[in-house]
Amino acid sequence: MNLFDIVGPVMVGPSSSHTAGAAKIGSVARRLLGEEVAEAEILFHGSFQATGRGHGTDKALLAGLMGLHVDDPLIPLSFEIADGKGLKYHFGDIDLGDVHPNSVKLLLTGYSGKKLEVVAASIGGGRIEINEVDGLANTFSGDYPTLIIQNQDQPGLIAEIACVLAGFQINIATLQLYRTGRGGQAVTVIECDNEVPADVVEELGHEQGILKVAYLSMED
Amino acid sequence: MYQSMAEIASICEMNKISFWECVQREDCIEQAMSPEENFEKMKQMYRAMRAADYAYDPNQMSRSGLSGRDGAKIAAARQQGKLLCGDFIGRVMERAVKMGESNACMKRIVAAPTAGSCGVLPAVLLSLQEEKGYSDDEMTRALYVAAGIGGVIASRAFLAGASGGCQAEIGSASSIAAGAAAYLCSGSVMTISHAAALAMKNLLGLACDPVAGLVEVPCVKRNVIGAVNALTSADLACAGVESRIPADEVFDAMRAIGRSLPENIRETGLGGLAGTPTGVSLRERLEKL
Repeated sequence: MNLFDIVGPVMVGPSSSHTAGAAKIGSVARRLLGEEVAEAEILFHGSFQATGRGHGTDKALLAGLMGLHVDDPLIPLSFEIADGKGLKYHFGDIDLGDVHPNSVKLLLTGYSGKKLEVVAASIGGGRIEINEVDGLANTFSGDYPTLIIQNQDQPGLIAEIACVLAGFQINIATLQLYRTGRGGQAVTVIECDNEVPADVVEELGHEQGILKVAYLSMED
Repeated sequence: MYQSMAEIASICEMNKISFWECVQREDCIEQAMSPEENFEKMKQMYRAMRAADYAYDPNQMSRSGLSGRDGAKIAAARQQGKLLCGDFIGRVMERAVKMGESNACMKRIVAAPTAGSCGVLPAVLLSLQEEKGYSDDEMTRALYVAAGIGGVIASRAFLAGASGGCQAEIGSASSIAAGAAAYLCSGSVMTISHAAALAMKNLLGLACDPVAGLVEVPCVKRNVIGAVNALTSADLACAGVESRIPADEVFDAMRAIGRSLPENIRETGLGGLAGTPTGVSLRERLEKL
C-alpha cells in the first residue's frame, strides 16, 4: 500500500472493490496469460455474485481482460466492445468455499489456444490478491512484476533461481514458497522490483526441476 | 506509510519539516520516486478530482435508478438563496452529492479513500480553493496531509466498510479531509491531528448498511455529512479546541468498534437501512431487473 492507494486510484465507479478491483483482476489475468483473450468464462463467488451486477463488476472485469484501465470511461461499454472484437465471454456463479467474499474464478483461452485458470479476490480499496494460478494455491498482489514458477520441491532450486535473477540485477521484493508435500510439486512466487526480460523468463523455464513459468509484467 | 500521528509529529519536529513533507518523503523512499515526480502525481490526483466535479451530468441516473439528479436540485436551491447553510456550505453539499452520484453512475472519480466516500475530500478541497484562492500546489500539499492521515488510519484500523462499517469509509474520509482543511488554515501538526481526531470521533460507530448492497443508498448523501463535519472539525481545531483523546487512540477506537460491529451492518446489504421494509422491497425490485 502507498499514498496513492489512499488518495486514489482514479477509477470508474461505483465501488473500489467491486468495480476497480474487478477491472484490475481482469487486467492482471490478461497479462498472466501473456496474449489477447479470445474466450473467457467468468465465475463469481460470494458478494461478487450477490451485488456484482449492480456494481458493474461484470463490465469492469471484462474491460480489464481487454486491457482497459480502471479509470477508462469505456468500462460501462465493455460488453459492446467485446462483442465488436469477437471476444467470447460467459458469466456464471460458483461456490469457491471458504475464500474472500469478493472472489472470482477465470478460465481463459488466448488467441493461440493457450489456457490459464486464475482465482483472485478483490480485497478492498481497489487492491487485489491472486490466490490460485492453474489450480495451484499462492498469494500475490499483482502490484509488482511477478514470477510464478511451478517446480519440483528439491534442494538448491531457489538458489538457482535467485542466481539467474541476480545475474540480471533484478531485486527480489518478496519470495513465497508453497508445496503439496515434501518432494512434491511446489510453487515459487517471486515479486520483483524490476521487470524480468522475456529471455530471462525463458531461461528460468529451462532450469532443471522447473516445470512451468508464468510471468506478470507491469507493462501491457 | 506511518503507523501513528505521534510518529509523524516527532519526525516533523526533529527535522523541522511540515506534515506534508514528512508524508511525501516517506512515500518517495517507498516508491523509489523523486519528490518532483511524486508531487506531480499527487497534483494529478487533485486535478482528476476537479475534472470529475466538472463532469457531473445533472440528468444521469444510476443503473439501479436509485441515484442521480439530486446534485442539480441542491445547486438550484443554492442559486436561489434558499439554503439555510448559506452559499459556501451549500457548494460543499452540492459537490459532495454530485461526486457520489457520478460514482454511482460509473463515471470517473478519485477514490479517497474509497469510491463510496469519494465526494468528501473534493467537496471540502475544491470549495475551499474556490473560496480562498489557494494555488493548485497548495491544494496538492493539503492532499499529502490527507493521504498521510489516511495511511495512519489504514495501518491502525481499516478503510473498508466490509471491515469496519461506514465509520471506516465516510468517517476516514471526513477525518483526512478535516486534517487537510486544518493544514490550509495554516494549522500546525498538532492542529491537523486534532482536526482529524475530532472529525473521526463524530462518526464512530456508523454502520455500513447499503440498500441492495449497492454503493448508493445511503452512501451518496453521507458524503455531505462527511464533508461538512470535516470543515466544522477543522474550524474547531484551528480555533484552538483540542480533542481530549489523541488521534491515534481515536483511530484505535474506530478499529475496536469496527471489530465489534455485527456482520449485517458491514457492507453485507442485510441490516440497518438495507433491512428496513423499504430497503428490502427496493432490493427485491432490483433483483428482478
